[in-house]
Amino acid sequence: MKPRNTGDVEKVVAWAAAEDQPLEIIGQGSKRTLGRPVQAAHVLDLSGLTGVESYEPAELVLTVKAGTPIAEVEKLVDDNGQELSFEPMDFGPLLGVTPAQGTIGGVLAANLSGPRRIKAGAARDHVLGMEAVSGRGEIFNSGGKVVKNVTGYDLPRALCGAYGTLAVATTVTLKVNPKPETSATFVLSGLDDDDGIKALCKAMGSSAEVSGAAHLPAGVNGGSSSTVLRLEGFSTSVDYRFKTLQALLGTYGTPSRLEASETGALWQTIRDVKPYAGGETPVWRLSVAPTAGPQLVANLGEAFELQAYYDWSGGLVWLSCLDGSLHEAEIRAAIDAVGGGHATLVRADASQRSNVPVFHPQPAPLAALSRRLKEQFDPKGILNPGKMVSGV
Amino acid sequence: MPAPDQAVLARRQEILSALQAIVPGEGVIHDEREMRAYETDALTAYRQLPLIVVLPETVEQVSKVLKYCHDNDVKVVPRGAGTSLSGGALPLEDGVLLSMMKFNRVLDIDYDNRAVVVQPGVTNLGITRAVEHEGFYYAPDPSSQIACSIGGNIAENSGGVHCLKYGLTTNNVLGLEMVLVTGEVIRLGGKHLDSEGYDLLALMTGSEGLLGVVTEVTVRILQKPETARALLIGFPTSEDGGRCVADIIAAGIIPGGMEMMDKPAIHAAEDFVNAGYPRDVEALLIVELDGPEREVDYLIGRVEEIARANQASHVRISESEEERMTFWAGRKAAFPAVGRISPDYLCMDGTIPRRELPKVLARMRELAEKHGLGVANVFHAGDGNLHPLILYDANKPGELDAAEAFGADILRLCVEVGGVLTGEHGVGIEKRDLMTDMFSEADLKQQQRVKCAFDQKHLLNPGKVFPVLHRCAELGKMHVHKGQLPFPDIPRF
Ligand SMILES: Cc1cc2nc3c(=O)[nH]c(=O)nc-3n(C[C@H](O)[C@H](O)[C@H](O)COP(=O)(O)OP(=O)(O)OC[C@H]3O[C@@H](n4cnc5c(N)ncnc54)[C@H](O)[C@@H]3O)c2cc1C
Repeated sequence: MKPRNTGDVEKVVAWAAAEDQPLEIIGQGSKRTLGRPVQAAHVLDLSGLTGVESYEPAELVLTVKAGTPIAEVEKLVDDNGQELSFEPMDFGPLLGVTPAQGTIGGVLAANLSGPRRIKAGAARDHVLGMEAVSGRGEIFNSGGKVVKNVTGYDLPRALCGAYGTLAVATTVTLKVNPKPETSATFVLSGLDDDDGIKALCKAMGSSAEVSGAAHLPAGVNGGSSSTVLRLEGFSTSVDYRFKTLQALLGTYGTPSRLEASETGALWQTIRDVKPYAGGETPVWRLSVAPTAGPQLVANLGEAFELQAYYDWSGGLVWLSCLDGSLHEAEIRAAIDAVGGGHATLVRADASQRSNVPVFHPQPAPLAALSRRLKEQFDPKGILNPGKMVSGV
Repeated sequence: MPAPDQAVLARRQEILSALQAIVPGEGVIHDEREMRAYETDALTAYRQLPLIVVLPETVEQVSKVLKYCHDNDVKVVPRGAGTSLSGGALPLEDGVLLSMMKFNRVLDIDYDNRAVVVQPGVTNLGITRAVEHEGFYYAPDPSSQIACSIGGNIAENSGGVHCLKYGLTTNNVLGLEMVLVTGEVIRLGGKHLDSEGYDLLALMTGSEGLLGVVTEVTVRILQKPETARALLIGFPTSEDGGRCVADIIAAGIIPGGMEMMDKPAIHAAEDFVNAGYPRDVEALLIVELDGPEREVDYLIGRVEEIARANQASHVRISESEEERMTFWAGRKAAFPAVGRISPDYLCMDGTIPRRELPKVLARMRELAEKHGLGVANVFHAGDGNLHPLILYDANKPGELDAAEAFGADILRLCVEVGGVLTGEHGVGIEKRDLMTDMFSEADLKQQQRVKCAFDQKHLLNPGKVFPVLHRCAELGKMHVHKGQLPFPDIPRF
């Protein structure tokens, strides 16, 4: 079913609730293999819900229909010298589907953020308001269309990362930011994982305003390892901060510098997990405290053959299980052992994804609370059943 | 407020004994005189003695107190430092006031991961104080930062001058430990980014004490910017000032702070602190640029150009730290300064799209006339967050009512032009009855369903935020319309 407006979405969901008909919600379906496979007789396809409702560059606020292609949104703000600063990743390369697909509703539902997450925040941090239809088939508005608002619970943010299991977003209001004038990357070569992450953390704790901090061990993206730090802003400031980093990290080796165009390509590679593109090995996305990254990878490396690289100053680990097994239990135990975090299975075939918890399991009281929230918003369990948690 | 439950009032002695068994010694206050200290928060127009005050010291005590209250249908109002301006911490006659101010320790400082773990009673400024010797700070900076607690900041999603560039509390919190009303303890997030599952951290931030009691907070800290400089810019009209703000942002510049004052506020502040503000302007803008020195010098020049292009009649650029502080002195003292020219004032808080500023200021002058009261304006110009100060005299009969009516009109005006009822102070009891001006019945129902997921019996801070409390059972009903398959003409997948 392909609704053309919010009223249509309301009708479809109200009907589905009344008839106990589960719905799979999709934008363009580009992330269909993210999360657990959904068992639903009907597809609610939002790709017809497109268009800009209002855009005020000087207010830093953009309101669009949820089915608007992300590529169109990015072009629109780019034409106005602005950007979505959470830098959504493109799962196309990793999942072996067409790149540059997807809708803004899908980006938010999956709370997808790229390398700039460590400075600018996640997708959810840029959401100001939302019009949505709950699993009860009720249209509601939450949040607002201004950058500062604390009126009522922050539902728009909470609906991010819910993978369409609480409500179907129909219109979203986002905060946009000015696009930096230029960028450059500070590169250190040959560091091992420990030193690489130490250097990244040191830089992140400086006043250099780093907007990307990744470590690619040897063999991940070419020959020797690279530890890379992205600087963005006015060109005079980028040059100045490059020198700041040089002074700060001199003991780690002699840096080289990538200019804006190479910087763009490198960070797109890191963002979109291109080192694992084209493969079929299971891929996990792990989030831990930045300094815990190398220990986690070292521990797991003793248990099975893997490849890993680090974004978010060490805190985001993209892990590929080279032997084809999922190693779910070992990975989750290893995360707990380094102080907590979470692991999400992002690439695996459908049978594997239905057999393990794709998202990190939660302690009982928290899982119960999440379930109560789901029951409030979608009492019939018709929105993407089983997408996040088996049986929910 | 909901009518007090007579049965609970009658059981006071029994409840007291139970709480004393959980929190020993001076942790339970029941003497009327001692409880006076808790009868109001910073919205002092409202006062109410609580049933009993409890000051727990451990998470276990918090958990037991909540479980006891839950099992025995006793309401609980959490309280931090009591600086709320919307009445969020106002006690209930039939409710326990749960003060979190004994939770005042910094638990862990982790510079490598740029994270600090604190108990909720630590003050906002206390976090910065704990890390500033290493050059770090905690960015959200409400003006009350010396007093307000981080727990209260979470509950109110507080912001300050730095918000435009560095975000609100919600953008700077990594994790929480909290106790549900049932006594269950849960953890959300931590030193890692983005929690798994539903983003309950987002719901907790700004939940005004209605969803759970925060017992531990992990925040992100930042390295202090290398330098900061400010411009003081005067304009002959507020339109010019508004346009200048828009042009600065359109030029790709996000200042560390951008604050505006109108004529009455400028005069009050200047009379009070002699900051050197020009008196012959309609609008005064302070723009602070922070960051690497080279960048700040460059941007100062750009902002000056933009100001001149917008008819600025007065431009001063700080050449020293001392001068920068002088620019801010007047702005920071604006509230007490207004307190000198009027016996009482109400500080309102609403946000508007910035382009509506001239219209809103003009309408506000009309409303001032209608209600027969004065108004002075200081506001966060960068994000359109207004703080009109309504001047009145509580000793003159009818003036408080007029001030409240004026305030409600201003907030309705904010909503009418596309803005919201509150930008940083919260809804509390102050704006509760205006929620229906911004949200429809369906909108409010979804909000209350969140409450039902967390607190089925509505025992945590009831009477705040929502004008009518639907019972959860009633909210749970579904209007089911059996019907035809919609869009029979559209092919299935
Ligand atoms: C002079 C002055 C200036 C101010 N300036 C600003 C400003 O610039 N920006 C801004 O945003 N605000 C400002 N405020 C408002 C106020 O300081 C903030 O809202 C602050 O966050 C309240 O913190 P508190 O600890 O005093 O909370 P309280 O007033 O004690 O409580 C506020 C709310 O938080 C809840 N609460 C408190 N602790 C907890 C906890 N541990 N767990 C769960 N719920 C809890 C309470 O139930 C209540 O609903 C100002 C206030 C004053 C008096």
